[in-house]
Amino acid sequence: MQFWIIQGLNSLSLGGLLFLLSSGFSLIFGLMRLANLTHGAFFMLGAYFGAAALRSYSGLNIWVAALGAGIAVAAIGGLFERLVLTRLKTNPLGQVLVTLGMSFIISDACLMLWGGDPIPVPTPHSLQSPTRVLGFVFPTYRLVLVACAVAAAIVLYFMLERTRLGAMIRAGVDDRQMARAVGIPVSNLFTIVFCLGAGIAGAGGVLAGPVLSAYPGLDADMLPLALIVVILGGIGSLLGAFVGSFIIGFVYTFGTALFPELAYIILFLPMIFVIAFRPEGLFGRVGA
Amino acid sequence: MKWIAAAPLAALLLLLPFFAGDFYINLASQILIAAVFALSLNLLVGYGGMTSLGHASYLGVAAYISAQLTSRYGFGHGPAAIISICGTTVMAAFFGIIALRATGLGFLMITLALSQVLWGLAYRMSGVTNGDNGIAGLTRPMPFGISLESPASFYWFALIVAVFAFVMMAIFVSSAFGSSLRGVRDQPRRMAALGFNPWMIRWITFIYAGFWGGVSGLLYVYYNKYIHPTSLSTTSSAEALLGVIAGGSGTLGGPAVGAALVLLLKNYASAYIERWNMLLGLVFLFIVLVMPTGIVPGVSKLMTALRRGSQ
Repeated sequence: MQFWIIQGLNSLSLGGLLFLLSSGFSLIFGLMRLANLTHGAFFMLGAYFGAAALRSYSGLNIWVAALGAGIAVAAIGGLFERLVLTRLKTNPLGQVLVTLGMSFIISDACLMLWGGDPIPVPTPHSLQSPTRVLGFVFPTYRLVLVACAVAAAIVLYFMLERTRLGAMIRAGVDDRQMARAVGIPVSNLFTIVFCLGAGIAGAGGVLAGPVLSAYPGLDADMLPLALIVVILGGIGSLLGAFVGSFIIGFVYTFGTALFPELAYIILFLPMIFVIAFRPEGLFGRVGA
Repeated sequence: MKWIAAAPLAALLLLLPFFAGDFYINLASQILIAAVFALSLNLLVGYGGMTSLGHASYLGVAAYISAQLTSRYGFGHGPAAIISICGTTVMAAFFGIIALRATGLGFLMITLALSQVLWGLAYRMSGVTNGDNGIAGLTRPMPFGISLESPASFYWFALIVAVFAFVMMAIFVSSAFGSSLRGVRDQPRRMAALGFNPWMIRWITFIYAGFWGGVSGLLYVYYNKYIHPTSLSTTSSAEALLGVIAGGSGTLGGPAVGAALVLLLKNYASAYIERWNMLLGLVFLFIVLVMPTGIVPGVSKLMTALRRGSQ
């Protein structure tokens, strides 16, 4: 019983991390029609920023580190979008290739700056003692991680559905040219959404530190999970990213625990089912 | 004109081992392998308009199957080659069914996800693939009793296979089927209205490209006598895609030239710096921003412009 509960919690916390990664990916795809393959690298960059900052300043709060790393990664993402991606507006394939090139550059730069050994991130002191619920013992940090993802989902939902900025983004997702015609600055929205997506991924990388630590190849491990989440949930859908993250969190965690060698094949299965029966994804609208 | 220009090239390729040193012969063999791989990817990217970021799957899986069968199960090279090519082709048929549910960016993401899953498997299933250590101590085949151990003999072997692959792929794209493939790339709905089945045309091309990807994988494992999960990585797929795009996708010779350039760059760069991935990324940015149509079309455009200018 303890096994199932602990693995269930691990699934939830991985799902939370995946949501922080894939929500930005999905938003960017929805608005910009851009498969941002740099997203895994943004996550890793955030993880390294956080790990390095927490290692050098031992008193630093992880939330401050996450905020700082999120802003730094958002700034890098914004520069990349402004300097490179806008030049390729009419060339969607070129955009994808450039994001792929950028992911190679970032991951190699991380290897150069921080070396090949993983940098562990300590769990914050205040969250180290386990929490007891109904006689079961839970690692507190993982519970907090799930809470963070849920909070991020709620904030993003309200931002998209209840604010002026969100209304403009939704207009841009639905009909970019019409949105331009009524005076919505779509190009600026692109930059804002790209920064936002990169920032969430970067902050998510810091929060992932105590669970995953920062290591070379983190980007290559996380990007396919995000891709599968987004394919599963429906490209451009926030709800899809949320549900897909937790499905993949469960499938991957239990797959790894029960059949360690076959975890990757088990990861396949939900994706194949969805593609076979609902190619636009669980919550996607037709024509991604 | 074209054929006269091709004759010195053919002579150069054929006679290379007589005047080049071992280092350059081996480099040329690697270029031939990379060229077959890039040409097979070009069927998808250039002629089919299906940009795959998972083509390394076919190279890697064919290489792994052959390595397994010959080193662990004592198969001869002949049967092992046939089984690994058939296995890879069947896998391509299966992956095609999944990936071709989508087009465009969806297709790209699915191929990437599938290949990453295989890459992860190669690392984690260490009981089968030997994980991060790779499978070493492999042998080269001896077709008709001829040893391929020397650089020159392997080069000629690779040259025969590469020329055969090139001709077969050239026939494929210049056939009626190739025309319908280009039609599906440019105007899928019109082609469907004309009674063609775009999905089937794409699927057959996908399988054919997987088949030749598998052939290049066999050459790869014969040459290196070693196989490691990195050959299944995104970097490996991306190198081939860069070759295709740098050389000029949708042209017959372009991807071979592009693959050669990428390989030469990798070889020379790795002698001076360790940062190959960073360089690869920078080259990607450069090619896409500066030469989006590729080097071969770019240069031929320049040549026509010069010729016009001189008249």
